[in-house]
Amino acid sequence: MAENTYLIRGAAILGGEAEDLLIRDGVIEARGKDLSTDGATVIDAKGLIALPGMVDVHTHLREPGREDAETVETGTRAAALGGFTAVHAMANSNPVADTAGVVEQVHSLGRASGWVDVRPVGAVTVGLAGEQLAELGAMADSRAQVRMFSDDGICVHDPVLMRRALEYVKAFDGVVAQHAQEPRLTAGAQMNEGTVSAVLGLTGWPAVAEESIIARDVLLAQHVGSRLHVCHVSTAGSVEIVRWAKARGINVTAEVTPHHLLLTDELVRSYDPVYKVNPPLRTDDDVQALREGLADGTIDVVGTDHAPHPSEHKECEWAQAAMGMTGLETALSVVQETMIETGLMTWADFARVTSFTPAVIGRLADQGRPLEVGEPANVILVDPAARWTVDPHKMATMGRNSPFKGKELPGSVVATFFKGHPTVLDGRLNTPYRYPAVSSN
Amino acid sequence: MKHLLSTENLSAFDAIRVLDTAEEMSAVGEREVKKLPALRGRTVVNLFFEDSTRTRISFEAAAKRLSADVINFAAKGSSVSKGESLKDTAQTLAAMGADAVVIRHWASGAPHRLAATDWIDAAVINAGDGTHEHPTQALLDAFTMRRHWSKVNGIESTGADLKGMRVAIAGDVLHSRVARSNVWLLKTLGAEVTLVAPPTLLPIGVEHWPCEVSYDLDRTLEAGIDAMMMLRVQGERMNASFFPSTREYSRRWGFDDARLRTLDELGMKDTIIMHPGPMNRGLEISSAAADSPRSTVLAQVRNGVSVRMAALYLLLSGDSREAASNISQSSKETN
Repeated sequence: MAENTYLIRGAAILGGEAEDLLIRDGVIEARGKDLSTDGATVIDAKGLIALPGMVDVHTHLREPGREDAETVETGTRAAALGGFTAVHAMANSNPVADTAGVVEQVHSLGRASGWVDVRPVGAVTVGLAGEQLAELGAMADSRAQVRMFSDDGICVHDPVLMRRALEYVKAFDGVVAQHAQEPRLTAGAQMNEGTVSAVLGLTGWPAVAEESIIARDVLLAQHVGSRLHVCHVSTAGSVEIVRWAKARGINVTAEVTPHHLLLTDELVRSYDPVYKVNPPLRTDDDVQALREGLADGTIDVVGTDHAPHPSEHKECEWAQAAMGMTGLETALSVVQETMIETGLMTWADFARVTSFTPAVIGRLADQGRPLEVGEPANVILVDPAARWTVDPHKMATMGRNSPFKGKELPGSVVATFFKGHPTVLDGRLNTPYRYPAVSSN
Repeated sequence: MKHLLSTENLSAFDAIRVLDTAEEMSAVGEREVKKLPALRGRTVVNLFFEDSTRTRISFEAAAKRLSADVINFAAKGSSVSKGESLKDTAQTLAAMGADAVVIRHWASGAPHRLAATDWIDAAVINAGDGTHEHPTQALLDAFTMRRHWSKVNGIESTGADLKGMRVAIAGDVLHSRVARSNVWLLKTLGAEVTLVAPPTLLPIGVEHWPCEVSYDLDRTLEAGIDAMMMLRVQGERMNASFFPSTREYSRRWGFDDARLRTLDELGMKDTIIMHPGPMNRGLEISSAAADSPRSTVLAQVRNGVSVRMAALYLLLSGDSREAASNISQSSKETN
């Protein structure tokens, strides 16, 4: 059936040599030069790069509970446009994703939308309250097959609880994704603590509040022989600690957001809450260390921490504003700008940090696969020569809180194939993937 | 100058213009009829999200002496306490035709938000925002210092700066908008500033400020100072372990009777003692110091009205390089 058959003509595979990819029925059926059209819909990919669909380990889809900020439908449309074929939906919804029921609901909403794989993240503790473990096993065994657990936004700061969580998830090959923030050192914190906060009179969020938790957690992970993922690393010191932990053989992975790769706390001088985020924007030294860490593999993956907010939560005083930035539709461009245009990484490295490794961390079997024959056809086509100016009002996400507003960025997603179906074509949303009806036979 | 948001970006030219204009305004305050028609028909809103009777009545007196219509909008007991946003409040004031908004807010940067957004087009004067800045306080402090420093040096205060004046500012610098505004402005005017505080009450990054930092008040006094400014310290800070007790704070960083005597013993006869008020007598300043002839506490209050008149006048009557002479003319008209 030609309907399910696409021939991508002449795309540079992972930025390498130009080849054709034949996609049929959700699978890469052939790869090579001058493949026969064979009734397929031909997509001219001259000048474009073919990459595996991006996998976000850190997305806030807000549903259930804050459908005024984002829904699974709008958030996954944004994801598809941004070049993602899978997202991990963070647990801080309302109700919190701390039961099998809630994670299955989010999982089902994702399947109904059909733009990307939606992999719910389960809460570590009941209600994110940091007191009692949520039913991690039930969430792991549910239809959502949760493997990543996080109280993101809130740190699992109790060392005993963190130890138990790390140990417990070993039973089902889970990982605890920690939002590293020592709560007592960050009471009322508004921005990075340093020279800028001193002048602005905003309560500081010191680097040590992140680094001390990471240091503790890698030692805990070593002690109990478990797997730890560190969310949105933001400081040079954190990079050093993760580098040290990896050298000791500790099973830790780390993530960095696109905004921490590009923006600094100097932007806070405007008091514009679009720059308010947790962890906060840091200094230029931190930005450089994060880039180096991502390039040398100390930091494993890019995670967007896409955090849409209704405009009234940003159109206010800095201290009143919500923390968070949108990121799904700008991630690729920001990583290209900060890592590829700077010569720190290749497109093959890009595939590693945005697709291959994130899928391994999240234990997603059919995501983050190489673009080889027989592999699932989660593929994106990127125009690296494109330049565009960020306009939050033109985005698919409901959030207008992009810190890149008005900025010109390189690179655009031309097409996204999810399970062999083009969810995005010519840079615009096409149609969602429709799961086959379950046969009653 | 469209707004007065901070002293950090205030040029020496603009700062001296405000101070010189304030000198003219001060003359008005000494007359029997303390009023100028300069801002007749203009509306000034005092928008206070934080209680501060002293600052509010100072601005109110300033605006009224310039014949402006004054609206006091206190957040408590208004729609603001019912959850109305800053944006809606600002748009409401804009719809009512406010020409200037004097804003006091507990959140650092709130005046910047008003000035940077399209919520309201009025001139914005920062009357103290969180722990950020309090520019009119710094200007009235500088005005008070300049009068004193000019007298000591036997020169006219109008047109003068603070070159060579040694100013120590002691207290809770970390949480003080007064300290921040003073550091930037005094530096701009050529004074030499030393901040004196326990290390816990100094911000991380203070080493990049254009001033000296000391943990030892006695040593700072011994080195010689021309003005000693004490900052208000909240006793509750000891509950967050910023210092062990109010008594220990007083002994080490308070301006007590012994330190008052030290000024005499070291022959610093012209050194003034300043405090932005309200004072905690017995904590950061002793009664003897506050009430001594060196104290400029009441002069600061008096000068506050003149400085705020100058700020309102300069912001609302457009860019007038001959501000001072205009005032002189309008004073003649009033007479």
